Amino acid sequence: MNLVVALEMAAECHPQRVALSAGGLHLSYGDLLNAARAGAEVIRDAHVNVVGVLDTNSPAVPIALFAAAYAGVPYVPMNYRLTKVELEALLARITPALLVMGAPAIPALDIPEGIRIVQSEDFQRDAMASSPQAMSAPGSPHEVAIQLFTSGTTGKPKAAVLRHENIMSYLLGTVEFASAAVEDAILISVPPYHIAGISAVLSSTYAGRRMVQLPNFDPKTWLQVCRDERITNAFVVPTMLSRIIDELEQCGGEARLPSLRAIAYGGGKMPLCVIEQAMKHFPGVDFTNAYGLTETSSTICLLGPDDHRSAFESQDPLIRRRLTSVGKPVPTIELQVRGERGEALGTGQVGEIYVRGGQVAGEYLEQGSLLDSQGWFPTRDRGSVDDFGYVYLEGRADDLIIRGGENISPGEIEGVLLEHPAVSDAACVAVPDRDWGEAVGAVVVLKDRAATGETELQDWVKKHLRSSRVPTAIRFVDELPYNEMGKVLRRVLKQQFLGTVE
Amino acid sequence: MKLLRAGTRAKCAVCETQIVVLRAMAAEAELTCGGVEMVGTDNPKTSQAHAAAAGPAPQIGKRYGNGADTVEILCTKSGTGALAVSGEVLVLKQAKALPSSD
Repeated sequence: MNLVVALEMAAECHPQRVALSAGGLHLSYGDLLNAARAGAEVIRDAHVNVVGVLDTNSPAVPIALFAAAYAGVPYVPMNYRLTKVELEALLARITPALLVMGAPAIPALDIPEGIRIVQSEDFQRDAMASSPQAMSAPGSPHEVAIQLFTSGTTGKPKAAVLRHENIMSYLLGTVEFASAAVEDAILISVPPYHIAGISAVLSSTYAGRRMVQLPNFDPKTWLQVCRDERITNAFVVPTMLSRIIDELEQCGGEARLPSLRAIAYGGGKMPLCVIEQAMKHFPGVDFTNAYGLTETSSTICLLGPDDHRSAFESQDPLIRRRLTSVGKPVPTIELQVRGERGEALGTGQVGEIYVRGGQVAGEYLEQGSLLDSQGWFPTRDRGSVDDFGYVYLEGRADDLIIRGGENISPGEIEGVLLEHPAVSDAACVAVPDRDWGEAVGAVVVLKDRAATGETELQDWVKKHLRSSRVPTAIRFVDELPYNEMGKVLRRVLKQQFLGTVE
Repeated sequence: MKLLRAGTRAKCAVCETQIVVLRAMAAEAELTCGGVEMVGTDNPKTSQAHAAAAGPAPQIGKRYGNGADTVEILCTKSGTGALAVSGEVLVLKQAKALPSSD
């Protein structure tokens, strides 16, 4: 099933309901459907194989997403924060393409041959100005709907491929059609090139929930738009939530968001202290942790509001720790933890997480499908499942520190370091070691006016964990390098250690 | 009689009902709405009345399935005739509501 069916159904069910608000502009589902069809005519007339998007959240983004699906070509939103050289290399890989280009501060690009540029505002205006013929969605459900460039750890970004059948399987499996109330509104603050930005558009459309777009996140504006637009739902990455809390605490601690009912978060590891603070600041709000990957068309595990509340209120450490879990697989996903030889592991044992289900694409343009013969996809995430079925993540398999053949998860050492009263942030990476091959290197940010030293922190880790976990080198920095989705750039930290530790 | 395939879209030959097949058994079957065989979405409507109407009227966004759970149909446009596969009336499938995650 083509993903435009989601929009067609919404426009059929409630054509007058507002689908999207941006600035002073309000588009109904009927308007959005017309704009998608008219946009598809623009794309067809351009005779291209791909629709690229380089824009912050703007009305052109959802229009281009649905228009590309109507035109039967892949939709490829790209990261406008990349460098000129990186962007030009990506553009050269999608030709011939129509590139919908918006306002973000993009360095002046040397546009490769085969890329036709249309300004985002012009694309939006043309799509909204004409009254297109009704058209039916083309192609088989096996056609490619979306192509997303991952920020590959090996250098060249990989192009993850999501087919219409994957996207629709996710949507039908996790969202109830027209389930949103007419006053519901979601604030979309994740960028359009992230899978969460795409699934926000699709899920909101299918649920009939008004989308309000935030082009650039900052906590003050986020809070203001929540109030002004009577936002009921929001999705944030952990760094956003932490900055929202900082902002609240700086201006007196009153959230004053009576309409806000639900906050979902994902995209990176949520520090325990941040979610605990958030639950204190927003006692009436339902929190949901969503774990997913680009390659799985978004969410595969959920920790829902009831689990959040019972864990928050519990004195039992086994239940309390659920706040650090990503919850349980959604009903349409099967999940398995496997050991190094591919064997299925029991509860409590840490291994690599494998998933299977209709939404799991697990495919790259260059490498093809990574699914095994039974349809299982290796996520490269390490984790375990407890006796109650809750999934706990331990970090990326590629981030493992292998010291003398022993697998060490940076997450467990970081957790211990973060409990030290002087530490505000910490990350651990593998550093070269003459005796062990690799050893633990830690990069630590201290709290304001706090003081501690390398030896004290080494003793602290030794007190809590086995001696192999003790960092051989600790560096103190003012802040850790994060990407805009809140993920620590471990590659950068590793490079900083290289050549300086023996 | 024809093979139902996942992804196939069809409409009622009489009322407004439109559907898409989400899951189908690998056997020939007759898909009907109100007792009349459904047609492709591009086909013209016939003027016949429904032949049978016992069963739930299809509602947009709802899913319907058979007893053996081998067929699942999504209604994409509401109508009045009950859906059936080879004479077996399909019943509404209740999905477990999940919290909004994006």
